Amino acid sequence: MANEVCFRTLDLDRPWLLEQYQSRGGYEVLSRILKEQTPPSEIIEEVKKSGLRGRGGAGFPTGVKWGFINRDAPGEKYIVCNSDEGEPGTFKDRDILRYNPHQLIEGMAIAAYVIGARRGYNYIRGEFWEPYERFEAALEEAREAGFLGDDILGSGFDFELHAHLGAGAYICGEETALLESIEGKKGQPRFKPPFPAQFGLYGRPTIINNTESLASIPEILRQGGDWFRELGVENSGGTKLFAVSGNVNNPGVFEVRMGMPFAELLELAGGMKEGRQLKAVIPGGSSAPVIPGAQMMDLTMDYDAIQKAGSMLGSGAVIVLDDSNCMVKVLERMSYFYHEESCGQCTPCREGTGWLYRVVHRIETGQGRPEDLDLLDDVATKIPGRTICALGDAAAMPVSGMLRHFRDEFAYHVEHGRCMVGGNGNGNSN
Amino acid sequence: MSSALQERDKDGLFSPEVREEIDAWIAKYPPEWKQSAVMAALRIVQDANGGWLTTELMNDVAAYLDMPPIAVYEVATFYSMYELKPVGRHKICVCTNVSCMINGSDKIVEHLEKRLGIRLGETTEDGKFTLKEVECLGACGGAPMFQIGKQYYENLTPEIVDSILDGLE
Repeated sequence: MANEVCFRTLDLDRPWLLEQYQSRGGYEVLSRILKEQTPPSEIIEEVKKSGLRGRGGAGFPTGVKWGFINRDAPGEKYIVCNSDEGEPGTFKDRDILRYNPHQLIEGMAIAAYVIGARRGYNYIRGEFWEPYERFEAALEEAREAGFLGDDILGSGFDFELHAHLGAGAYICGEETALLESIEGKKGQPRFKPPFPAQFGLYGRPTIINNTESLASIPEILRQGGDWFRELGVENSGGTKLFAVSGNVNNPGVFEVRMGMPFAELLELAGGMKEGRQLKAVIPGGSSAPVIPGAQMMDLTMDYDAIQKAGSMLGSGAVIVLDDSNCMVKVLERMSYFYHEESCGQCTPCREGTGWLYRVVHRIETGQGRPEDLDLLDDVATKIPGRTICALGDAAAMPVSGMLRHFRDEFAYHVEHGRCMVGGNGNGNSN
Repeated sequence: MSSALQERDKDGLFSPEVREEIDAWIAKYPPEWKQSAVMAALRIVQDANGGWLTTELMNDVAAYLDMPPIAVYEVATFYSMYELKPVGRHKICVCTNVSCMINGSDKIVEHLEKRLGIRLGETTEDGKFTLKEVECLGACGGAPMFQIGKQYYENLTPEIVDSILDGLE
């Protein structure tokens, strides 16, 4: 079964239009909640029951997060959606914005009702112009139809929602950096505590959820938390959008049930390009440690299975690598990314990502030294836990993963000054 | 400075169209948080200035949003989509991150460099093209890809790149 939640309207002609969304029951859940004045605590319980976990990468239970906010506290509260999709390999939220923006709007309106927010922002990465325009057009339709604005459907509930455009910074996907960015500042993460639920946007209580998480809410409440949870497996309720890229024939975003065997997902993505061998998989965005292909073929796509294999499901970005790839070159590119995107606030990350990149770079270019692998291990262990946010961990984890599974390849590079993989070791499968 | 003078000063900043666009963004945020519109304002004035920001423009944005100029410089230098030097009419932003790399983004870069006679980070002498290496643009299913202006172009080959570039003024 596929396309049951966020992609459930994907088969329709121009599914992003309000009338199309409504033809599949769109905004019925919001309307019912507002009409019946459903107690917010009941909605939170239903979301908890669904087993929905944050789809941006951290996997924190959404219902629990919503419960952190005191909706009766006086003053403004905010609901913020994180559409700053930037984890390399991830391209799923872009499709929600392009093809089902109304379901996200409905999810945000419900979340706002639950936490007592009257205003919300959807932070969309600045490069996503087409998705931004789709979202804006949907906002306009929703306002005109009375699903946004003052006194929604005569319920007395006010909610206004706006898009905020980023301008190119991976770090703004970190929730407190994102808040700083909406406030018109550099996107540098805040020290926590206090957490956003106490001190968030403009210093007010704020809940930040990923696009896919929020877009899942209406369907969860329409069909029930139990329905959603049972689609998936233990600890991984529901469906997930997997963005599959790399050396496959049919890359794309696939909405499937949690716990699907990786082998089946690979088949959905058309199998390996040009019949080459699967070498390795990065299962959850580039921060997730690599898993060797043979091991991956025995795994299922859910939080527990991937974690037991020493990696993480993350954002559900699955990068498939065939046997033409040089792992040193792959890691060099990833390390360059984290060095480039470190916000510079914490010394271990700012300096450590530079060390990681420079050492992997010299190994890749034939200048590696015998002590370099230990040096990489050392730097990679000394960044995590010593920084304000998780970008440092994200930079270190792929290094540790590569050295754990492909140490021989790195050692060969150091010893021979070149790659043990045939060709130029650069995914020359095309 | 009287508030009337500030008002008059602001009316003299930017064109009416640019002001109207910035004002629409200011209206999205609480009245005391005009600064929230700084990212949009920088993008709008950058677009109206051929794709890059001068110090004078950043100062104007600061004045318009009642921000200290340094706070605007911080934003303009932090985010990668702002340009502080002149760029070509078409800025080609090529993704070379992992999914694009293993699908041949090196060949796309090589082709672009050869065709345009410039390296990554450079602008053609006629001011038509700037070539820029960027990080993951979130379109990995269409790797290799690049962005020109607001448009994504996916599943690139050297031939497709040629036809795209041929179609640009």
